[in-house]
Amino acid sequence: MSGKPHRLAEGGSRIDRNARVSFTFDGRQLSGFAGDTLASSVMASGQRLFGRSFKYHRPRGLVGLGSEEMNALVGVGLAGRHEPNLRATQVEIHDGLAAVSQNRWPSLTFDVGAFNNKLSRFLPGGFYYKTFMWPKSFWKHVYEPAIRKAAGLGRAAEERDPDAYEHMHIHADVVVVGGGIAGLTAAEAAAASGLRVLVIDENAALGGIADLVAGRIGDGCVADIVPALVVRLNAMGNVHILARTTAIGHYHHNYLMAAERVADHDPALLAAGAPRHRLWKIRAGHIILATGALERPIAFANNDRPGIMLASAVRGLLARQAVAPGSTGIVFTNNDDAYLTAFALKSAGIAVRIVDSRQRPDGDLVTRAVTEGFDVSFGSVISKVEGTFAVKAAKIAAYRKGQGRVITEKRVACDFIAMSGGFNPVLHLWCHNGGKIRFDEQLASFRPDTHADAITAIGAANGTMSVAETLREALATGEAAAKSVNARAKASKIKPQSVEEPKRGALEPLWFAPATGGYNEGNKHFIDFQNDVTVADLELAQREGYESVEHTKRYTTLGMATDQGKTSNINGLGVLSEATGKAIPEIGTTTFRPPYTPYSFGAIAGALTGKLFLPVRRTPIFQWHTDRGAVFEPVGQWRRAYTYPALGEDKQAAITREILCVRNKVGLLDASTLGKIEIKGPDAAEFLDRVYTNTFSTLKMGKCRYGLMMNELGFLTDDGVTVRLADDHFLMHTTSGGADRISAWLEEWLQTEWTQYKVFVTPVTEQWAQFAIAGPKAREVLARLEPDFDLSNEAFPHMSFKAGRLGGHPVRVFRISFSGEQSYEVATPANLGQGLWDAIIAAGRDFGIEPYGTEALHVLRAEKGYIVIGDETDGTTTPFDVGLSGLVSKKKADFLGKRSLEQAYLKGPNRKQLVGLLTDDPNDVLPDGAYAVREVKDKPPMEMIGQVTSSYLSPTLGRSIAMALIENGHARMGELISFPLEGGKVVKAKITSTVFYDQDGGRIHA
Amino acid sequence: MIVVTCPVCGAKGDETDFHYGGQAHIARPATTDPANITDEQQRDYLFIRHNPRGLHFERWRCDRGCGKWFHAARDTVTMAFKAFYGITELPPEELQKQAKGPWADEFKRRAKVKA
Repeated sequence: MSGKPHRLAEGGSRIDRNARVSFTFDGRQLSGFAGDTLASSVMASGQRLFGRSFKYHRPRGLVGLGSEEMNALVGVGLAGRHEPNLRATQVEIHDGLAAVSQNRWPSLTFDVGAFNNKLSRFLPGGFYYKTFMWPKSFWKHVYEPAIRKAAGLGRAAEERDPDAYEHMHIHADVVVVGGGIAGLTAAEAAAASGLRVLVIDENAALGGIADLVAGRIGDGCVADIVPALVVRLNAMGNVHILARTTAIGHYHHNYLMAAERVADHDPALLAAGAPRHRLWKIRAGHIILATGALERPIAFANNDRPGIMLASAVRGLLARQAVAPGSTGIVFTNNDDAYLTAFALKSAGIAVRIVDSRQRPDGDLVTRAVTEGFDVSFGSVISKVEGTFAVKAAKIAAYRKGQGRVITEKRVACDFIAMSGGFNPVLHLWCHNGGKIRFDEQLASFRPDTHADAITAIGAANGTMSVAETLREALATGEAAAKSVNARAKASKIKPQSVEEPKRGALEPLWFAPATGGYNEGNKHFIDFQNDVTVADLELAQREGYESVEHTKRYTTLGMATDQGKTSNINGLGVLSEATGKAIPEIGTTTFRPPYTPYSFGAIAGALTGKLFLPVRRTPIFQWHTDRGAVFEPVGQWRRAYTYPALGEDKQAAITREILCVRNKVGLLDASTLGKIEIKGPDAAEFLDRVYTNTFSTLKMGKCRYGLMMNELGFLTDDGVTVRLADDHFLMHTTSGGADRISAWLEEWLQTEWTQYKVFVTPVTEQWAQFAIAGPKAREVLARLEPDFDLSNEAFPHMSFKAGRLGGHPVRVFRISFSGEQSYEVATPANLGQGLWDAIIAAGRDFGIEPYGTEALHVLRAEKGYIVIGDETDGTTTPFDVGLSGLVSKKKADFLGKRSLEQAYLKGPNRKQLVGLLTDDPNDVLPDGAYAVREVKDKPPMEMIGQVTSSYLSPTLGRSIAMALIENGHARMGELISFPLEGGKVVKAKITSTVFYDQDGGRIHA
Repeated sequence: MIVVTCPVCGAKGDETDFHYGGQAHIARPATTDPANITDEQQRDYLFIRHNPRGLHFERWRCDRGCGKWFHAARDTVTMAFKAFYGITELPPEELQKQAKGPWADEFKRRAKVKA
């Protein structure tokens, strides 16, 4: 007799023995049948070991049947397709599947981390908080890197994922979560109304555990009703069934998210273009939770050894894939259900005995076991398990409730154990959005109580364990759900079928099976297998004062990580209850959080990757820039030309060339991205007076004025030039990144505060192409374009505006400058932009015109000390701080932010103020953001007195320039301050005016 | 993900189609009497907000729809909206009566000013 798990010669309702499938597990070539899971096929190959535990690196095998599996976590797929932390029980095998075990190094059977098990005396609950406290510097350099390497579950792929993912948004009248007999029956009852019904099930096959329960419906067994039910549902046009789809979270207003694994099980689907995963975003009228119940493990010494499984999992593997867990086993239970596993094992010819912690159970199944001659030990527990990589033997001891330690025990050789500590209704979705739960003494578990949303739990999820009651509940709830969505919904008229099922005896809670010897003497009673939390850890947490269950959870990590306490939650509470003498309901539960099971980042991102991640905005001249070889930079969603390197020219050389071209000849800038908002109406001027710090009602027609905008806190949020086009009509320019924000801001104030104003705000940024012609030759270039207006300095001075034509081009021309040079910004309707651009380039050829990019623009403006919102300001900067107090009106009674500027904290001393900086060494270019310190010391900390906001090498001046916000900067002109940089270098710089070039501003008016 | 209905254009959609605008019915002192605002009044206007458990009144904007601002009454425990109403309006009478704590004080004060 082999002691290993193996495939039986016959049986297996899910597998097709004619369809062989080959795959690899940890590089080993294995084969199974179509219908196998990774778990069943690896077991069938004789292998028990699936992974190592998180903290102690103990060898671990399969425990569960489905999504509750906490040990057999695997990574599946190669390179960019690799997905970690999948439960082997839910991975369907296919030809070419490549799976690997996790949390072991270098291999499953030899694992360096297992040394932790020997150290376990020093790794109790909360060990993170105790052990790694000192010396302090060790945390960063020794402890953390070591822990990060040793701990953690799977590894994420590092390559780009080649597959497609997608999102679906749907509305459904009734959503049924769980496709077992409860869910399918409820779905049929709801669908009879004609309403839209959606059924979601995490498994490939519908029916839940109908094939594993006792009883008969009509003339057949329980599972027999499933195929016909599915056929009927599929035939109804209003029912949509999603298999392989996990409802991962329930959110406000009956919003449900579900992750569908569309093509994981079949690479041919992927090859045919199917998305790999699909995330469903569902708005439900009414939700029916038929999520079933999960079996509880029992806490006995060394209950984590490979070969110890949940009784339902043993039964499932036998029935579905004909996989036997071993040759000689023990069923260890505190309830009737596990007896079904004993019967199934015996039918498969596997030797089995039963250990039942109850003294005198009286259910039908127990009576049958006794009658059929099973070796049943009542009033007994398994007190200890022998074997490390596999179960070798169990010790059986007599037990009475409350007993602390075992004196005598009997050794029984076996190679597997099927355990059952009872069943927990799956409450995750019920609780995600605040559903209340109550403790049920009969289940020794929590069940749904009340919920504020339109959501109902049925069947095992509701704590209803009988098939007959489940079907009645499902029919009634399905019909009621339809009625609750639509009061005129038709009644289903489906009659419940007759059900026969065994009478069940009562379960007796068993939170802890005592052992000989103390804790940690080879006796680990695991509660949370995934996080390696034992009974001793929980009791220690109690002794150390972590009374609240939420504190215990965080201290011990009970119920955390991918598992979310599916098998450990109630057992943990049971242990805490016994340790504290409080009843479980008094202890309460921890919070269930989405997701129910992990889902992929691909599903979260959906199609919103690469080019679709964020739409790119392009100016009308984008193609020209591209053809000219421009390097682009993102500015908000815009792509702007950063510089235009000639062939063989590096970026810095190109920028220098562009700057000098503007200073000495003439340059052309695509400024189309500049925010443009038209403000029109009889109250437009008054409105602008409210939103700008300076006054616009006094602005003359055809004139431009630079304005500053603050929020109500008194901090700068935007700036730009506004032009008065007509008495009641203004054109506001905003920063490129601020256009949408500022138009929304203006709308908000008009709609919510000054509702009496008659003003329209219209964003027109994209309606216009706008170019800056800047440089001493700008006017001459413009003159070549045949303007129908007077270009002379007298008729068209700086800060004025003309509308007219340049040759064939209708234009608005603003004489404004962000470079300090004679400068005209020319705007034309966007669709005419390229034509005008070409015309300007042609007209400027004789003057040496060249396009310049955003970096040249920034250097040019910095040479003049012009601020950029977001560079020289950081959201806590006032107009006073940047030296623009002259633009803050003293006459206006009110404008946004005015009153806040008078608050004490903005008037206080030591505010950081904007200054210019000239480094001692003109070749030193300070890094952006470099800190100025009060006093340079050998090493940090040093007291910071400000930071660099803009810093450039100025080709015009032939040296570096910078601006900085420095504490009391305006009073420190001429002072030398220090900037310690990385690597120990200290740069000294003199505080100066921010205007580095053409201080008297003559060039701008030339 | 809550569902919001715009009382102006009737659009109904996920909260991501709307823009949340914080607490409603905050009077801006500078609009009425800019010359006489104490530091405390300005502080309260800028920073002090109600945080009730239960009925709350807030501002929303119909971001992907008509672009209009409006008011909403929402229960912060159940997340259920109790009313959507215009940006220049006070909540329906019955909701003003149901309001508790600072909101009840606020509506009483406003009723007094009106009277």
